[in-house]
Amino acid sequence: MARTMFDKIWDAHVVADLGEGTALLHVDRHLLHDLSGGNGLDLLKARGLSVRSPHLTFAVPDHAVSTQPGRTDGSVDVSARLVPRLRTHTARHGIKLFDINDREQGIVHVIGPELGLSLPGLLIACGDSHTSTHGGIGAMAFGIGSTELMHVLATQTLVQKRPRTMRVTFTGMPGQGITPKDMILHLIGTLGASGGDGYAVEYAGDAIRALSIEGRLTVCNMSIEWGAKIGMVAPDDKTFAFLEGRPYAPKGPRWDEALSAWRTLRSDENAHFDRDETIDAARIEPQVTWGTSPEHTISVSARIPDPEDAPDATRRDAWTAALAYMGLKPGARIAGTPVDHVFIGSCTNGRLSDLEDAARVVSGKSCAPSVRAWVVPGSQQVSAQARAQGIDRIFTDAGFHWREPGCSMCVAANGETVPPGERAMSTTNRNFAGRQGPRARTHLASPAMAAAAAVAGCITDVRTSL
Amino acid sequence: MDPFHATTGPACPLMAANVDTDVIVRIQRLTDLEPDALGPYAFETWRYRPDGTPDPAFVLNRPPWTDATILLAGPNFGCGSSREGAVWALKAFGIRAIIAPSFGAIFYNNMFQNGMMPVVLPAPDIEALAGIARAQPDAPFQVDLQRQVVVPPNGTPLPFEVEARRREALLNGLDDLGLTLKRDAQITSFEGADRQARPWAHEPGA
Ligand code: SF4
Repeated sequence: MARTMFDKIWDAHVVADLGEGTALLHVDRHLLHDLSGGNGLDLLKARGLSVRSPHLTFAVPDHAVSTQPGRTDGSVDVSARLVPRLRTHTARHGIKLFDINDREQGIVHVIGPELGLSLPGLLIACGDSHTSTHGGIGAMAFGIGSTELMHVLATQTLVQKRPRTMRVTFTGMPGQGITPKDMILHLIGTLGASGGDGYAVEYAGDAIRALSIEGRLTVCNMSIEWGAKIGMVAPDDKTFAFLEGRPYAPKGPRWDEALSAWRTLRSDENAHFDRDETIDAARIEPQVTWGTSPEHTISVSARIPDPEDAPDATRRDAWTAALAYMGLKPGARIAGTPVDHVFIGSCTNGRLSDLEDAARVVSGKSCAPSVRAWVVPGSQQVSAQARAQGIDRIFTDAGFHWREPGCSMCVAANGETVPPGERAMSTTNRNFAGRQGPRARTHLASPAMAAAAAVAGCITDVRTSL
Repeated sequence: MDPFHATTGPACPLMAANVDTDVIVRIQRLTDLEPDALGPYAFETWRYRPDGTPDPAFVLNRPPWTDATILLAGPNFGCGSSREGAVWALKAFGIRAIIAPSFGAIFYNNMFQNGMMPVVLPAPDIEALAGIARAQPDAPFQVDLQRQVVVPPNGTPLPFEVEARRREALLNGLDDLGLTLKRDAQITSFEGADRQARPWAHEPGA
């Protein structure tokens, strides 16, 4: 029978069928970070259990660490508490740790693909909802809670209910200046923040095939923002070229063996999806969010929506609350809204191509004096590659702060926040109330749009500033 | 794990769509507090004014909903971050069951892991329940897992679906881990066979 890529990967991981569509699945890679990892290992110890497969488990501090140049564990309280704990626990259990200033350190969803830990067809779990990112490589990857995390540590398996399948096909080609971030934001705006609830999504179509691997990672990253725990793209020659030679990718004859297996992963011709959606990529404009849900996204040329025009009462109330929180007026153009902060980074847009995109906009210009602008590379490797190309200088010459790798202002767990009432344009994935700090106002956009806002001092259409 | 059989108490209508786990509990609280100390921080973004005093406009600040054991919620409740702390904060507040048209997938799993009951009902039914709750806030609602019904005050029981496996686990306070540990031999034999088929999956970098 014709199977989808999701079906093939799921079926290959079933250790036991538990009935009612639920299975016990084998986990191939378990990634730990500083907020969830140490805690999970504590819980394990409290139950007198040990780690079943330390060789499949990898840890990295990213959420809690300071991104201040010259940082140490002690730079902020939270990392002073959490990072040594992660270090002690991982050493005790024989888990590989990419430590705070190691050259492999970075945001967990940036380093997984970068190190070749994430591979096509693998089941990857991490105590973090953006684990969907690794689907860009062709893996089945999803986020789990603390109790599930402990379950993986102890048994290297997870109990999961099989989701339904959806294919989203991007037809046509996006125009000049349209990035993967615009594609996924537009999709979320179209299908809604709960549109993917209960689905594993495969992104397909020419516009997806045309994306670089980094672009596919960006698209899959935000799957969870429209409810899909899993988002994936079928691996192809681009994927294989990206992975070959990475430190944890297979080598020699085993690489060839893996390659032939990976080539069979794509969905069969007549495979059945429970739902099919189509997005016209040619119509996508640069996106920017105006509210407190990623579905609150509009084209940069559009006006801020009026709650009176909302399709139903629930959304009218949500829009009204969002506008009040964001300090915005319905009917006004979003372009021209002044911003106080610009943040370029995160597991959505902290990769080399993201920094290159932003640098092209910034090159030879300077930040508006009223804007505090940060670049936080997604990993040490991204940072090193960018520095080798002089990209850090383009930013610092323009008045940006160039920081050390980590999550930073995306979640503000390390104390790096947007101050109350101030407005940020961020290349991150969540504009939730309070996400970047209490009462912080977040507009999500692509790295190019964020860079253009830093220069203009307000939200602006990057296509006019290129 | 604490078992869950039924809960009876005030049902608070918090009907916004897409309530995210960042709003349910800020990440900062999870880095320095134990799960059972999180009650005062549940919904802090909405619950308190900038000066730290409770905002009377927020439903959970209005008696009797300060003692709510049931939340009546909008679609996609608990979307966003995987933080299990969102469930811990609601549990520490006193919530035992949440009734919504749909849930964030990771949050939904996390509720079962903590002896809490997510109930999925059609949105119009929840709207009707919310209407009753607003009209008679003091009248207790019941979520009964044994009978698989939601019982509004003096009303007709509304049946709900839940997988048999999850129902058993909640009623008996069993978590997945205990059951999976008994399958150790099965996991080992899966690994042996899979290592032949996909050696790269089992030996990173080799
Ligand atoms: S960068 Fe942001 S979204 Fe990504 S893992 Fe870190 S905190 Fe989560």
